[in-house]
Amino acid sequence: MMAPFFKYGMFGENLSLVVAFLVGIGFGFFLERAGFNSARKLAAQFYFTDLTVFKVMFTAIVTAMLGVYWLSALGVMDLSLVYLTPTFLVPQIIGGLVLGFGFVIGGYCPGTACVGVATGRVDAMVLLVGLFAGIIGFNEAYPLIAGFYNSTGYGQLTLPQVTGLPYGLLVFAVVLMALGGFAGAEWMEKRMAARKAEA
Amino acid sequence: METKPAQPYMNPYVAGVGLGLVLLASFVVMGRGIGASGAFASTITAGVDAVAPGHVAANAAYAEYLKEGTTPFKDWLVFEVLGVFVGGWLSGMFAHRVTRTVEKGPRISVRNRLIFALIGGVLMGVGAKLARGCTSGQALTGGALLNAGSWAFMIMVFVGAYGLAYLMRRQWT
Repeated sequence: MMAPFFKYGMFGENLSLVVAFLVGIGFGFFLERAGFNSARKLAAQFYFTDLTVFKVMFTAIVTAMLGVYWLSALGVMDLSLVYLTPTFLVPQIIGGLVLGFGFVIGGYCPGTACVGVATGRVDAMVLLVGLFAGIIGFNEAYPLIAGFYNSTGYGQLTLPQVTGLPYGLLVFAVVLMALGGFAGAEWMEKRMAARKAEA
Repeated sequence: METKPAQPYMNPYVAGVGLGLVLLASFVVMGRGIGASGAFASTITAGVDAVAPGHVAANAAYAEYLKEGTTPFKDWLVFEVLGVFVGGWLSGMFAHRVTRTVEKGPRISVRNRLIFALIGGVLMGVGAKLARGCTSGQALTGGALLNAGSWAFMIMVFVGAYGLAYLMRRQWT
């Protein structure tokens, strides 16, 4: 085992912030390359005309998932040292729903809004103002909703633990699901383009 | 300065592999994934703490972003999100895609589009706080780690967005 490097003490706190900045540059670079600086392109996902959001997101998930799986299976990386956000099921279901509403109304998610701002999108700047307001509003209301926010907690919970199925089998299932999804997405885009051409 | 036409975007699968490798590098080097909304929460705690430290200390939603002996700005996600701005700008510059504009469909005014952007942002903030992460920290990072709560979150993001898409069609199509 040698990874995660930071957890094995190969470098300190200050250097980790340099790593953060570099990771962010890579993240922002590929978000913009994919076209996620454009709310119109992002929102097209929800009208089935341009399914780039799904394709990029699931290609990224599959790539990182396979990397993590194999590095862990080969004994290079200790997966137990990788931070896993604890599951609070109902708040995360409601939070996802609210964020989904916000996505189709606002046109960006927080990360893509940063890239939108970086490339001059005024709507992305306004969305970030709203984001600040939303977080402040949540924080101010927190004493009232703390009970709900901390409800249905399961700690660190993974799909292999929930289903009882082997990790590798679930990784394989996600890959198959993604490949099926990509084929479906390509078919859907062609169909929508043909329908538009007819109209 | 001569303005060159904007270049087309990258093939989505290639961009997805690139994004996935950045995420994987973060797991391997740092033992953590990427994020976005957390950086804004840290910034807010830093700002509110500067004017009303008692208010921050009394509320766990603010206080969880405080740092022992230093400012909430000295945070991994804050530096990462600064990088996101720089990386997005670099990519946009290389491809001549940096333009001051408002993204919208042809059937909506700029003013109304900006009102919707503001409302969407507020919902984003509330949703990301409730879910303990956004599309980056939950869907991408947790998705790749097969985190149960992240998958529930991700499915609900699509349910919410598709559920409201018909009502929002005048903004985009």
